[in-house]
Amino acid sequence: MGSYLKGFKITFGKLFKGTESGRMVTVPYVKDSGPKRHKPERLHGRHVLNRYEDGMEKCIGCELCAGVCPARCIYVRGADNPPDEPVSPGERFGFIYEINYLRCIHCDLCVEACPTEAITESKLFEFSFTNRQDAIYTKAELVVDDDGLPQQLPWEDWSDLDKVAAQSSAWVRATAPSGNARYEGVVAWSGELGFGVKPPEVGQSEPEAEPTAPLEGNADAPEPSSGHD
Amino acid sequence: MQWDVSKGLEGLDHNFITGKLEDVVKWARRMSVMPATFGLACCAIEMMGTGGAHYDISRFGMETFRASPRQADLMIVAGRVSQKMAPVLRQIYDQMMEPKWVISMGVCASSGGMFNNYAIVQGVDQIVPVDVYAPGCPPGPETLIHAINTLHEKIRDGELTRRRPGTGLGISVEQRDGQPEPQAVSLSARN
Repeated sequence: MGSYLKGFKITFGKLFKGTESGRMVTVPYVKDSGPKRHKPERLHGRHVLNRYEDGMEKCIGCELCAGVCPARCIYVRGADNPPDEPVSPGERFGFIYEINYLRCIHCDLCVEACPTEAITESKLFEFSFTNRQDAIYTKAELVVDDDGLPQQLPWEDWSDLDKVAAQSSAWVRATAPSGNARYEGVVAWSGELGFGVKPPEVGQSEPEAEPTAPLEGNADAPEPSSGHD
Repeated sequence: MQWDVSKGLEGLDHNFITGKLEDVVKWARRMSVMPATFGLACCAIEMMGTGGAHYDISRFGMETFRASPRQADLMIVAGRVSQKMAPVLRQIYDQMMEPKWVISMGVCASSGGMFNNYAIVQGVDQIVPVDVYAPGCPPGPETLIHAINTLHEKIRDGELTRRRPGTGLGISVEQRDGQPEPQAVSLSARN
């Protein structure tokens, strides 16, 4: 009998104590409030279409993201820029840009394929829809607003926006856009509206403050640029 | 106050008493949505994770996943639904007691996801009426909790006696070879 109660003593002792680290195990997350879990630097969430620092859109309508998408969830159509009021600095711009979030598997291949770092993934994944129309995001919903922040739609939970807003292009900031690991720590990407040129992600193995110099004389090495021309 | 008794509660106009009663009923429904487990693929792992201590859907009165559809109010379709599984899923749904709701968890259940082929049902809403879609591959526990909270709002704002009149027909199928249109099963006709 004594050992029987002794077992319960542990159970009820733990009931109000929390864990050994002294805090509650449960993350009491509820929609639109409540703490969220820590989001890793390279978490894949809802996409954003970035803009240059002067407000121009980065998307040039090349449809590479649509071509690489394994779930076929992206639909892009490019169009020639109107000469008097260009949308993007290039020749063409993304005229239609739609992502179906009931197909997207957040694999980030579109981000890797994008030649202008136009599409990146934010850290938002707390969202749900009550009909299928809401799930198809058009360009009007994907493009960042005039502050460079992602648009906050009513069915999305952006309660940690101030924490995750700056983390919307993590893959690009890991290495150079070409994906060469030797470029770790070297800035070779263009600035973003609202954030400027984002600093490179700190390497996991060598947290050196000194970035390694780009490889001199390498023909394959792209010239690091700080923005579009 | 006119009350057509033959229509049951539906024939009752709202007044002070019934309005409050409706709120109580909706509150009770919202706070005890017992889910039937329908884990079919990797999304089920995240669904189990939502039931675990870290995310703990007992906070929403969802205590445990019911093994029997008779005891369940909510079917969380987690994972890809193959064509062979579709009649089973429909039967489970039919065995659940009214009022019942469906969350389509993950992109495979919602639209087939990246499995755009002949083996997978391209969206579980062709079989059962879906209330909330949770995107993601798989959706994290927070996405599922967001979907559950969205469903709670839907229960709170929705109709008390009959939900979604005229829905439940699934998507329409266009016949191009002159065949008659397939007749969808109407859920509202059985009420």
